[in-house]
Amino acid sequence: MQNILPQVSQKIISLSPVDMAIIAIYFAMVIIIGFYLKRFSGKGEGFFLAGREMSAWVAGLAFISANLGALELMGWASASYQYGILAAHWYWVGAIPAILFLGIVMMPFYHISKTHSVPGFLKLRYGEAARGFNAISFAFMFLLMSGINMYAMALVMKVVLGWDINFSIWVAAITVAIYVTLGGLYSAVFNEVMQFFLIWFGALLVPIFGLIETHGWHGMVLRIQQNIPQIFPPETFPHVHGSFTHLWSGIGSFATNPMGIHWTGIVLGLGFVISFGYWTTDFLVVQRVLTAKDLRSAKLAPIIGSFFKMAVPFIVILPGLLGLALLNSGAHPIILHPENALKPGDHSFNEVLPLMLARYCGPGLLGLGITALMAGFMSGMAGEISAFTTVWTYDIYRSYVKKGAQDSHYVWMGRISTILGVLISICTAYLVMHFKSIMDYVQALFSFFVAPLFGTVLLGMLWKRATPAGGFWGLLAGTLSSIGMWALVKFHSANIVINSLHINAKPIAIIALSNNASDMAQNMYRALWSWIVCVSVTIIVSLVTRPKPVEELTGLVYGCTELPSEAHLPLWKRPIFYAAIAIVLFLVLQIIFW
Amino acid sequence: MAENHHIIPVWFFVGLILFIYGLLIFITGIVEFPHPPADVVLSKLHAPVWWGALLTLFGGLFVFLFRPKKT
Repeated sequence: MQNILPQVSQKIISLSPVDMAIIAIYFAMVIIIGFYLKRFSGKGEGFFLAGREMSAWVAGLAFISANLGALELMGWASASYQYGILAAHWYWVGAIPAILFLGIVMMPFYHISKTHSVPGFLKLRYGEAARGFNAISFAFMFLLMSGINMYAMALVMKVVLGWDINFSIWVAAITVAIYVTLGGLYSAVFNEVMQFFLIWFGALLVPIFGLIETHGWHGMVLRIQQNIPQIFPPETFPHVHGSFTHLWSGIGSFATNPMGIHWTGIVLGLGFVISFGYWTTDFLVVQRVLTAKDLRSAKLAPIIGSFFKMAVPFIVILPGLLGLALLNSGAHPIILHPENALKPGDHSFNEVLPLMLARYCGPGLLGLGITALMAGFMSGMAGEISAFTTVWTYDIYRSYVKKGAQDSHYVWMGRISTILGVLISICTAYLVMHFKSIMDYVQALFSFFVAPLFGTVLLGMLWKRATPAGGFWGLLAGTLSSIGMWALVKFHSANIVINSLHINAKPIAIIALSNNASDMAQNMYRALWSWIVCVSVTIIVSLVTRPKPVEELTGLVYGCTELPSEAHLPLWKRPIFYAAIAIVLFLVLQIIFW
Repeated sequence: MAENHHIIPVWFFVGLILFIYGLLIFITGIVEFPHPPADVVLSKLHAPVWWGALLTLFGGLFVFLFRPKKT
């Protein structure tokens, strides 16, 4: 996720009564939906898994929407102002192959095993130790992330609309607590689907009008080329080089693109480890697909989502590029600045999306755009809380605190933990408000778990020789190595000298292969190394420990599971057909914007 | 979706909120048509009118297709 923290700025949007009415209607609607869905969430299957009866379209849109929060939108629009079209890699190579892999290769095992969560799958495949480690770390992380998102939302509302931080935190938290407590995952999924439409209808006018104003793509590119020396003067930004409008042609070297990254980092770090780790094992997104009503829907849901994911740069990356082309011209020219270089009255990179929204949207449309951002914030929070509630109730409370209770007791615990989760998130939000550096630590902390977990789950699904001990120790070693690399770069600025290996370089140059590697580039290489450590340790430990009997691996591992045949379906009804179309579209986009 | 319990489909709620928003935005666009806001770039294109109309039509279609039915 992008880290956005607006600090010094002024209110940039004023809302009219019709805008306020649009926002109020949204809040009323989500509460009404929560009350309506309460009657369907009385059982555990309903509250925690939305009854496992969602169609492929609903599960697919919720799957994409859970990742389409407002911080994501504003953060990546900001990144595209800062790094150009390179930011689109996070939507294309950093998402599409992994989403399709989830749909075609991994969903059958998640679905057939009837697991309720990713930690639940680890329990079935590797046993209690791996599940416990994963459940506790993720429950902890979800709460922290939810609190951070809450604080960031309140800060954005303060900067964009001038709203009081306390007001924003409490109104959003109470609303989310009401509708998730009432309807559980049903409410979260319904609101995510609604948010999906609000975001598209709220944000789509910006790229349309932006391209009209620049007279098309080529006009925009010309303006960007003219503006870059003014926006990023070489004396202030010595590391900003290369094209802002080409995806691949500038990343043959660290020094020829604005991000300071090499294609190996994009392809192996982002495109393989980070992307596959996030999209295939992060329970926040996987939980949405687990709600699908049957295996075909479960496979189709991520594939449907992949088409929309490919289109998201149109409403996120393009507005950032249009900001580069247009904001510093006209009657009130604006140049955006990095967060750490803001002076009073300046606007930060993070404000590019609201500024573009205010540029083209008058009363009514502005309310819709702001509602879309709020819906993104709140459904993101609801997603985190509902994922936490499931992991807490099923993987921690039911496993370690109270085993064998009635289903109704666990639903009760789900509702209680929703409220407690929201309260803890509020406390975290206030903690972050006073100790802002926590934000950086937690963002990094979250990344520690994702890459190794992908190694553990992947080997668990595809290699029947992987043992419970191998799974646990691999996961632990991968996570610890990621933390170790992060700490080394963060706290050890001197060169590391290992004469026998002819190494004499700073930790950042050893881990991320360059002294100029940005935080993003470091994350990618750290993920890659920690995944390699996890996989290596899992394989080595597995080879010297006893595997599970094959009959215990049925429904969990490739080669031990009978996958339903789709041969009787016509080609156009098979998920693989749509996955093939998605991959062709993905390749075409890479060539067009090469 | 959710046919087992006769849950009102999510598409109905999506349509309802888009329909209401579309009407509000369309009416705002009609009211400000003679004097579009001066500080909005390309306001002469009257986006609230046609965008509001599009939302109303889209939302209305969803409400109609997925309206709750008596069983």
